[in-house]
Amino acid sequence: MLQLRRLLSASPLLLALVMGGCADEGSGGGGVQSEKMATIRSRGKLVCGVDGKLPGFSFLGPDGTYSGLDADTCRAMAAALFGDPGQVEYRDLNSSERFAALASGEVDMLARNTTKTLSRDSAGGNGISFGPTTFYDGQGMMVPAASGIASLKDLDGKPICVESGTTTELNLADRMREQGIAYTPLKFQTGDQTYAAYLGKRCVAVTSDRSQLAAKRSGFPDPDQHVLLPVVMSKEPLTPASINGDPAWADAIRWTVYALFQAEELGITQANVAEKLAEAKANTNQADLRRFLGVEGDFGKQLGLPADFVVQAVTAVGNYGEIFERNVGRASALKLDRAENRQWTDGGLIYSPPFR
Amino acid sequence: MASHPALKAIRRELFASRTDGLISLGLLALIGASLLGLLRWAFLQAQWVVIQANSTLFAVGRYPLDQQWRLWLLVALLAMASGLSWGLLRAIPRADRSGVLWPLNDRIALALLAFLASWAPAALGLSVPLQARWWLITALLLAIRWSAGRWGRRLPPRLLKLVPLIWPLLYLLGMALISGGLGLVRVPPSEWGGLLLTVLMASFAILASFPLGVLMALGRRSELPLLRWGSVVYIEFVRGAPLITLLFLGQNILGFMLPGGLAPDRVWRAAWVLTFFCGAYVAEAVRAGLASVPAGQQEAARSLGLTVPQALQQVVLPQALRIALPATVGQFISLLQDTTLLSLIGLLELLGTARTVMANPDFLGLTAEVYLTLAVLFWCCCAALGLGSRALERRLDPTHSPA
Repeated sequence: MLQLRRLLSASPLLLALVMGGCADEGSGGGGVQSEKMATIRSRGKLVCGVDGKLPGFSFLGPDGTYSGLDADTCRAMAAALFGDPGQVEYRDLNSSERFAALASGEVDMLARNTTKTLSRDSAGGNGISFGPTTFYDGQGMMVPAASGIASLKDLDGKPICVESGTTTELNLADRMREQGIAYTPLKFQTGDQTYAAYLGKRCVAVTSDRSQLAAKRSGFPDPDQHVLLPVVMSKEPLTPASINGDPAWADAIRWTVYALFQAEELGITQANVAEKLAEAKANTNQADLRRFLGVEGDFGKQLGLPADFVVQAVTAVGNYGEIFERNVGRASALKLDRAENRQWTDGGLIYSPPFR
Repeated sequence: MASHPALKAIRRELFASRTDGLISLGLLALIGASLLGLLRWAFLQAQWVVIQANSTLFAVGRYPLDQQWRLWLLVALLAMASGLSWGLLRAIPRADRSGVLWPLNDRIALALLAFLASWAPAALGLSVPLQARWWLITALLLAIRWSAGRWGRRLPPRLLKLVPLIWPLLYLLGMALISGGLGLVRVPPSEWGGLLLTVLMASFAILASFPLGVLMALGRRSELPLLRWGSVVYIEFVRGAPLITLLFLGQNILGFMLPGGLAPDRVWRAAWVLTFFCGAYVAEAVRAGLASVPAGQQEAARSLGLTVPQALQQVVLPQALRIALPATVGQFISLLQDTTLLSLIGLLELLGTARTVMANPDFLGLTAEVYLTLAVLFWCCCAALGLGSRALERRLDPTHSPA
């Protein structure tokens, strides 16, 4: 298995070596030339790699449609490209094959809770191109509300449940050693075993990514009896990605996601986007809004997208705040706080560069 | 006291001595307690709504709703063909069949079918029109079974010989109905899922790997070096690699090797990998069968003037395949279970569907219900394969076969 994973993670590199010679031809000239976008257009569908089995991010509903924050990113891209959020072919990918699928062209983009890291971004590593982070996750700690545990210090000498062989386990060891806290790790092979042990009171705390802790908690018999400690033990910026070597396509993804951020900042929602568009069309003084919604200027053309791509994306899935609340926020079963995922104006990390 | 033969058997097998009796009572109590626990969980605690709400997803995955009439039609055709074959099997007496129209087994099957048709659709919470469809299909099956049993003997023998041909034709027709084309809307394989995908993958791999396996087994025993070494390399390569590795290879490497668009769809790639994988094991089972046929059989056939292919076809293979049958069916059953590995390469067969259903925030934490349903579904499929193989074994048994 390890051998296989090594082979798979090396294969994009091999491809880069083989294809290096011919990649220059397509990306040279001015204007927007994107081989990928041409392929997507002629196919008529965006092939989007998702996890497919992650609560709040991507999963199949009973009617056979995908939902979740990641799935909405795919739908926003399809709306920006085609004006129709339904033009997506989802592809469930596991964590070991996701980069190979991207490199081989099996999928056009990843919206698969992928943590942005140096080795994945760099040309010498996986060599993929990341867009803006759509969810700032981090490793957290869940304890029973009645336990009175309020910080990591309170866990001194206590057993903690953790999935073995994951970065989660390593992060836990690192943080605890830094703070000089002695603890007993109880390691399990699968997530199900880990949470069963926690519910069976074999440990006083369980650690994983905060979004996943919240998802598991909502499946507990009494979700209100468990709380997430206000500690973040690792940085997990979950970020959509595309293949390196097609900057125009990467830009299209980047600015479509930024448009969702910007729409929230401007108070444009799924419900009022038509109204705002009419307002922009009527009022020539609102230059910023007119440019953002594509009434004026050529932002769409510069990106190789239709002029109204922002309107289409927001009409399809709403602004970033709406996507968050619907899939993982207070309106969902996960009931996550916005926390780091607030707008920069509220002290969060969601920040769109200016649309100029 | 215990005069009834059943009581006598129980007494002899469970309570022959005092120690036996104590052990039996202890075990019976244990079995009873765990059964009680399971029933209590199933009826009082389990939330079967997760199965009810997602029953379409488990059955056919993301198959488009407006095209599902094609699957209903296919199920109806399957029911009709089953009814016809079942009825004729009972109506036409042969050496390995009694010729009784409704033997005990059939009466049990009838009761089971009637129970399933009335209970399952209601338990799944299907709408009344959908329930009615299942009743209709079951009624159709039983009606055709009854009429074929009653009047089957009067059909001309030439027509009767054509009846088994229905099945391969129906398989091809089913493929066409499922995938579309020829005037029907195309439904790409990426939208097939659930039980439909599992059964399709397994049946395709079983049907295609059997001839492949037989050819490879013959190749391995061939006297032509190129053929022999080709077969050996193929068999040993496939048997030397875990299935999941081959599946990953098929999914990821083909995309690099063939230019975009030329590689077959990922579902078909997986189907072919399963076929090649199973073929190697079938080849070894068949080789064992071939090895067990004495060389004298071949020599005798040749001395009667049969050519080598004739001798193989008429004398050696029938004996070899009969011996290889149990091992081959075992391989097929394990192949059916191996289809769950497809969920690891992102295909939404039964296990993949189950995992995405369990990720739906509305149904979080309902893992036991989902896995139990899956286990029952797989058990049913494997039991059907096992039953079919035993019937075939009886059929091929030389002590029964017509002279």
